[in-house]
Formats: sequence, C-alpha cells, structure tokens
Amino acid sequence: MTPASPAPHKMSARGVSVFYGQKQAVKDVSIDVDMDKVTAFIGPSGCGKSTFLRTFNRMNDTIASARVTGEITLDGADIYAADMDVVQLRARVGMVFQKPNPFPKSIFENVAYGPRIHGLASSKSDLEGIVERSLKRAGLWEEVKDRLSDSGTALSGGQQQRLCIARAIAVDPEVILMDEPASALDPIATAKIEELIHELRGRYAIVIVTHNMQQAARVSQRTAFFHLGQLVEYGETDNLFTAPREERTKDYITGRYG
Amino acid sequence: MASGHEHTVKAFDQDISQLRALISQMGGLAEQAIYDAMKALQRGDEALARTVRKKDKQIDAMEAELEKLVVRVIALRAPMADDLREVIAALKIAAVIERIGDYAKNIAKRVPMIHAEGEERIEAVSILPAMGQLAADMVRNALDAFSARDAKAAAEVHASDTALDDFYDSIFRTLVTFMVENPRTISQVAHLLFVAKNLERIGDHATNVAEMVYFAATGHYLAEAEAGESSGS
Repeated sequence: MTPASPAPHKMSARGVSVFYGQKQAVKDVSIDVDMDKVTAFIGPSGCGKSTFLRTFNRMNDTIASARVTGEITLDGADIYAADMDVVQLRARVGMVFQKPNPFPKSIFENVAYGPRIHGLASSKSDLEGIVERSLKRAGLWEEVKDRLSDSGTALSGGQQQRLCIARAIAVDPEVILMDEPASALDPIATAKIEELIHELRGRYAIVIVTHNMQQAARVSQRTAFFHLGQLVEYGETDNLFTAPREERTKDYITGRYG
Repeated sequence: MASGHEHTVKAFDQDISQLRALISQMGGLAEQAIYDAMKALQRGDEALARTVRKKDKQIDAMEAELEKLVVRVIALRAPMADDLREVIAALKIAAVIERIGDYAKNIAKRVPMIHAEGEERIEAVSILPAMGQLAADMVRNALDAFSARDAKAAAEVHASDTALDDFYDSIFRTLVTFMVENPRTISQVAHLLFVAKNLERIGDHATNVAEMVYFAATGHYLAEAEAGESSGS
C-alpha cells in the first residue's frame, strides 16, 4: 500500500483499528508517513480519517469510549507503549485543528507557552527568539511583530490559524498533524495556509486531513483515500487524482459518490 | 471509462454528455468530408467539392463551441480522474478533428485543378480511393473507440497507421512513374501527390485521436504502454 521510500519512515501505522464503544471507526489501517512529504487523508464525512489522524499523537486518549488496537511507531518506537510520555509525544507530533483555537492570551504568550512548559528556553531572550522564529516560519511575523502583546483571539481567522501553526512549531515538532486546517477560512487565508504547508514541508512530516480535494491535490505528495473506516487507496498524489486504481476512489474524487 | 455511476451534480453529467455529442458530431462531419472529397475527386464533381469546402466551416465552429465548453467545465467542475482525462482528451481530439477537416477541404480544393477542362482523365486517380477509404476508416474507428471508451480498439487504430503509410509509399512510387511516362500530366499528378500526402496526414491525426482515447480510457500513455510491452516490463 505504501510507495517505496529509501529512508526509514518517520511514522508507521500497522493494522490500526479504532473503536468507539462497540462501533469500529477505523478498520485495520496500515500506512507510512515520511519526512519531507505532505500526506493528505481524504474521504467522505465519517470515513474515519480524522479519527485515524488522532491516533498519531494519541488524541483519542481523551475520549473515554475510544479504544485503539494495532501499532503506531514514531522513529520505530511504539507510541502506545506504557513508558511513552504523552506530553512529550504531542510536542514531537503537533496538531492544528479545523477551527483556530488560540489561548485567550497575548500573541506572544500563545507561542511562548509550549517552549516554556517544555523547558526549551533558558532565558527571556532565548524565548523571544523562539517566538520570533516560530511566527516567521508560520508566515505571521510581519503582520504581528508590532503588537505581540495583543490578544491572540483579536486576530482574523486566517491569522489565528497561522498563530496556532506557530504555536505547534514553537516546541520544535517532527510531525505536524492538520485536521482540516483551512476549512473555516476564506480563499485568501486558505491560500496562505497552503503556501505555508509548502514551505514547512522540508522541515517536518506533515499529515493533513481535508475535505477539499483540490487542496489535497495541491499541497500533498501522497494521498490516502478512506471510506467506511478502511484505507481504500494510498499512493502518489499525482497518480491518485489523474488515474486512481480503485473504483471507489474514482467515484469519490469525481463526485460520483453516494 | 464509463463509471456506471452518475455525478451527484447532475449538470456535470449533462456537460460531459454534451462534450461527447459534440465530438461525435464533429467526427461524423470530418469522416463525411473525407468520403465526399474523395468522391468529388473521382468523379470530377466540382459542386460536391465546393460543398466539402463550405461544410468545413461547420467543423471549425463546433471546435470553438467545444473549446468554450471545456473551459467552462474545467473552471466550474474542476474535473478529476477519468473526468479530467476525458475533458482533456476531448479538447485535444477536437483540435485534431478540425485539422482532419482541413485536409479533406484541401483535397476538395484540388479537384478543379486535377480535372481541368480539356485535360485528359488521369488513370492514376483510380488508385487513390482505396487509400481514402482506409484513412476515413481510421478516423471512424478512432471516434468509435472514443464513444465506447475502448482502449483496445484505440490501440488497433494506432497499429493500422502502418498500412496507410505503406499505401502512401506505394502511391508515391506509382505517381512518380506515371509522371515520368506522361510528362504532360505532371501538374495534375503533383496535385494527386498532395492528395495522397493529405490522406497520409489524416491517418497520423486519427492515430493521435487513438492515443488520446487510450489515455482517457486507461490513464496511461499508449506509447509508454507499448514501450513497456516490448521491453517485457
């Protein structure tokens, strides 16, 4: 199911299933995610793509009825192992959500919070450096550098989303998970996020869930199509959107689904 | 390529049907133009030749219409996968059919020159119809393959181009021999050489249509598929 890659995979899922109580939301999915690549998860609502994405940094742990089986590794280490520090895991595998969710604090504090609690900065100037660098990488610095003490929630939706990306970047993650990061944004803010994903690609392994197929085609190098909890097809984005192998993939991406 | 399922957005299906209808109408006109041009040539029928030239404008107009439709479909529907391939193929096929129409028109244009008043009837004319038939068949088969989304039929059209090329080589030799033996006929027979060349070009264009049909139906390029077969991979 996985395109060949010379380097060891950054993250690998093997036979992963997710249950909510009795209901199985993700069925026996195996997939590899690599550095320098953007992997897009597409599929109709309820296909399990977001649920599956959340297994990559154990966000499902917060849902009492959720149960995950199978194996997920980060640099070969099982992230569901008993000795895995979940807080540390989520610093290494960051997440950006559909609706921008900045803390009700200043722009500076939004970005500084993570590095501070993880003890990544040894001094105030060190911390300021991390905040500036993170905001720059998130393409927000020029717009906010003169008002870092303003509330993060006072920014526009697109700026808030880039602030959330800066916040995720600030703790120096290796993998960034994005759950429909642009679906609540206007086309220009969306384009900025897509441009940002493009720029971040070389530095992180990025996995993005999106309902917008053109977006998946634009930002990703690999695309995985999910349907009814199963991984139907996973391949190079170019091939998947021009000549999909599976009938179900074709029906979905050409708008013949359902 | 026929998915069997309809698009959730019905208007998309209508656009695609319209696209297919335009291609088959254009193809029908181009095929008819080849038959009529060859018939006019054989009979020295200048009225029919004029009709062929006039009708070519219809093909040109349909190509323009199809182009607009394709632009609209791409802008509004953002087609994917087989839809995308079909729309791109239709755009390219329409351009090719338009060229085929031009070649038929060019043959029709030569009819008065070949049958100039007072000139003797040239026997060599009689060897061209079979070549014209083969070229027209290739066009029809390529378009039938498009209608049926038939990759195998498209590959057969592609392969049949060799026969047309052989035809051309043989006619070329025959006409040159004829000119050597009958120097008075050189200007007329030179026109016949162009007719043969036009038919040979029509075959090449039919081959292009076949390549696009193959791509639309399979998502693979015929040239690459054939290269893959011959290298055994």
